[in-house]
Amino acid sequence: MRKWNYPDILKRMSLLATVAFVLSGCTGSSLLDPKGPIGAEQKYLIMTSFFLMLIVVIPVIIMTLLFAWRYNYIKNAKYSPNWSHSNKIEVVVWAIPLAIVLILGILTWRSTHALDPHRVPESDREPIVVQVMAMDWKWLFIYPEQGIASVNELAFPVDTPIEFRVTSNSVMNSFFIPQLGSQIYAMAGMENTVHLLASEEGTYHGMSANYSGHGFSGMHFQALATSDEGFQQWVDSVRQSSETLQQDSFNELAEPSRNNPVEYFSSVTPGLYTDIVNSYITSGDSSHHGAEE
Amino acid sequence: MFGKLSIEAVPYHEPIVMVVLAVAAVMGLAVVAAITYFKKWGYLWKEWITSVDHKRLGVMYIIVAIIMLIRGFSDAIMMRSQQAIASGGAQGYLPPEHYDQIFTAHGVIMIFFMAMPFMVGLMNIAVPLQIGARDVAFPFLNSLSFWLTVAGVILVNVSLGVGEFAATGWLAYPPLSDIQYSPGVGVDYWIWSLQISGIGTLLTGVNFFVTILKMRAPGMTLMKMPMFTWTALCTNVLIITAFPILTVTIALLTLDRYIGTHFFTNDMGGNQMMYVNLIWAWGHPEVYILVLPAFGIFAEVVATYCKKRLFGYTSMVYATVAITVLSFIVWLHHFFTMGAGANVNSFFGIATMIIAIPTGVKIFNWLFTMYEGRVQFTVPMAWTLGFLITFTIGGMTGVLLAVPGADYVLHNSLFLIAHFHNVIIGGVVFGYLAGFTYWFPKVFGFKLDEKLGKASAWCWIVGFFTAFMPLYALGFMGMTRRLNSYDNPDWHFPLIVAAIGAAIIACGIACQLLQLFVSIKNRHQNIDETGDPWGGRTLEWSIPSPAPFYNFAHTPVVEERDAFWDMKEKGISEQKPAEYQDIHMPKNTSAGFFIGIIASVFGFALIWHIWWLAIVSAIGIFVTMVLRTFNDDIDYYVPAAEVERIESQRYQKLSNQA
Repeated sequence: MRKWNYPDILKRMSLLATVAFVLSGCTGSSLLDPKGPIGAEQKYLIMTSFFLMLIVVIPVIIMTLLFAWRYNYIKNAKYSPNWSHSNKIEVVVWAIPLAIVLILGILTWRSTHALDPHRVPESDREPIVVQVMAMDWKWLFIYPEQGIASVNELAFPVDTPIEFRVTSNSVMNSFFIPQLGSQIYAMAGMENTVHLLASEEGTYHGMSANYSGHGFSGMHFQALATSDEGFQQWVDSVRQSSETLQQDSFNELAEPSRNNPVEYFSSVTPGLYTDIVNSYITSGDSSHHGAEE
Repeated sequence: MFGKLSIEAVPYHEPIVMVVLAVAAVMGLAVVAAITYFKKWGYLWKEWITSVDHKRLGVMYIIVAIIMLIRGFSDAIMMRSQQAIASGGAQGYLPPEHYDQIFTAHGVIMIFFMAMPFMVGLMNIAVPLQIGARDVAFPFLNSLSFWLTVAGVILVNVSLGVGEFAATGWLAYPPLSDIQYSPGVGVDYWIWSLQISGIGTLLTGVNFFVTILKMRAPGMTLMKMPMFTWTALCTNVLIITAFPILTVTIALLTLDRYIGTHFFTNDMGGNQMMYVNLIWAWGHPEVYILVLPAFGIFAEVVATYCKKRLFGYTSMVYATVAITVLSFIVWLHHFFTMGAGANVNSFFGIATMIIAIPTGVKIFNWLFTMYEGRVQFTVPMAWTLGFLITFTIGGMTGVLLAVPGADYVLHNSLFLIAHFHNVIIGGVVFGYLAGFTYWFPKVFGFKLDEKLGKASAWCWIVGFFTAFMPLYALGFMGMTRRLNSYDNPDWHFPLIVAAIGAAIIACGIACQLLQLFVSIKNRHQNIDETGDPWGGRTLEWSIPSPAPFYNFAHTPVVEERDAFWDMKEKGISEQKPAEYQDIHMPKNTSAGFFIGIIASVFGFALIWHIWWLAIVSAIGIFVTMVLRTFNDDIDYYVPAAEVERIESQRYQKLSNQA
């Protein structure tokens, strides 16, 4: 999906940084070890911006130390007490930041459009839709095409775009799987979308990135990126569950809970997700909202 | 009778809180006992509490700021130690109910009750002196602003022992801060402490805006103003334009909580996104309200200690004004992940980067002020060098976060936390501490201890990097902010390093306090006889130290940019005036103090729904206002003879020196 090329040197340098991080024992949720094209894109974006800015940052740090050392009071270096203006220097100090911001601005415009969470990643496979609901304090994942649901565990096949439709049944949260890329806010009465794609099988850490109350720290989940067969097996195992998700079992689930275990629901009332989203828009009935503890 | 308030509100089952309260009570009693023993109550009342002198108010603001720095830093230490322990299934020693209040209080205290009072305090001390004025435009209003700030401080601290504080994060995003999800009094404490102190800040903004525009010494055109005064002017413009947004936003949240409206609720047409937009429409300018005066301080400090004119003054002024204007069109970068389209996010991302241009220019101007100068390694200069290096890194990570594509993964992570501490500690705190050391002799007549000052600067700088570089790394490792416990073992080690960094910063604060103590003890060795201890360039150094209560015996006439430096060059700085005149001064008043104290009672009553008390205290505020308004006995004249007596003492000292 990348629309422009990075110089080789950047790739090598970012590779170096990655190696340094991986060696330091960092695994599981690192942004520098992305497992999909979106996360990879974002890593390159961060590295490019970072190295671009070093063009100003390093000279500033060197100049600070150098000038402080060179013009130390005791050194009797050249002293021009009334020198306070130079058109040449003024032009340079305005022009260099301007040039860098210009380049960064173009990079920003392009990358923001390329990485727009609403954009479907390029793939020859049809996207899978997952409805995501932030609750107090767990994540509910509904698979409308499969008619199943799970809590605090998410599975999907690799190399397939996943369209996450994100909402909240309570306060604001943020749906985030760091190694796959972009996060998006989950807000009640609204449906936000983020598209992600995993290109490697594995188990990735997912979480809420926006503080949502006392149970927030336990509001994380596992995202299982599997083969097609693996995904089918997971769906089948969810279908084995004796639990089903309708309005009353949903209300029960909506009660606040902390460090909620993984739960499976073998069937879901069709349209439940949309009903919940709409309920905040159409009525003032607050009976199903996550109540205070 | 007592609304929601009952004895249950006191958290006597929380040992940590009770120990803190006990220590605070013992220290409070000790202070009260000492004042009584030394018979200082009258002095305190006449010379400080009822004072309308901008220098005294400035000192009181800074005392409040230092006390709240210690309170806010204690919160920081608790958070760092909790996160250093609560790894891999361990819960640490702070349950979420307590921990969530701590990080909320830390943010609120550090921004509203440490940084803001410190900034306003420095402005109070330096601005009138720099522009050659005898006081601010509205001295009573100045006292009122201070006591309203104190009212906010009182409420925040009362929440520790009576009830609870908000557990919502420092900006109290709804719906979490709505009555449905936060039914306790915590958010109400947040609301009323910010609302009352916010009005004080707004009044300060108006006061200093008028002071700077109308009370400059003859000859001081806008482009001859000292750089700190310029940044103060821009900050006050930002206060006047941004704080009403905060007031209205909090008022709407108050209506949601108190009378059941639906401005920001989940249902009934409420819009939480509107709150987030509004709070950041204030919140982003607030960042510049804090940092612009710090930029001004660095400009004064660099020019003074490099014995050289500030490089690129005009550039610096335009850069400051550009930042002031741009700060209002970048607020959306605080929530790129809310789901706005790519065009909107790109616009706000690029607008944010554009701010980096004038900021970069400022950095280069400070550097070229050092170039071919005579750099004296004093304490303020140590803070400035620390700032230049630290802030540049913070600016870089800020621009990185301004790239929406990068922000999608870095938002709300510890990378973000590291970034804003990098600019707030490296920029704001270092700047204020530099200003504190720089202007201290002007207020108290003696200099601060150099060695301990430098030790403090070193501890802060080293501590900062030790505490926050691991947080940058943790951001890349996918750790979000505000976690009470976590089970990723990779996060544990960096968090231990960060906790050590916090301990090093604690040493820095200890050095700072020790410095104050040692300097007061040895004050006779560090007396500033001349009033110009640093070879200063601006008008505040043309008068004696400590500055006389009327500031200038004669209103100075300004011809050049560095007015006092210019006078020294022309050899007219020590010229004794031919004759003295009566000086018109404002009288002290207790009205500001009473309004502030009653306002804190008013806030307390509303927090606990004690309606009768709210009505009584509202009437109390109104009556005090009316009494003050109809009081005509508010000014007096210092006779010329008295001025001459005070001034001749100084000339005596100067000739002794020579």
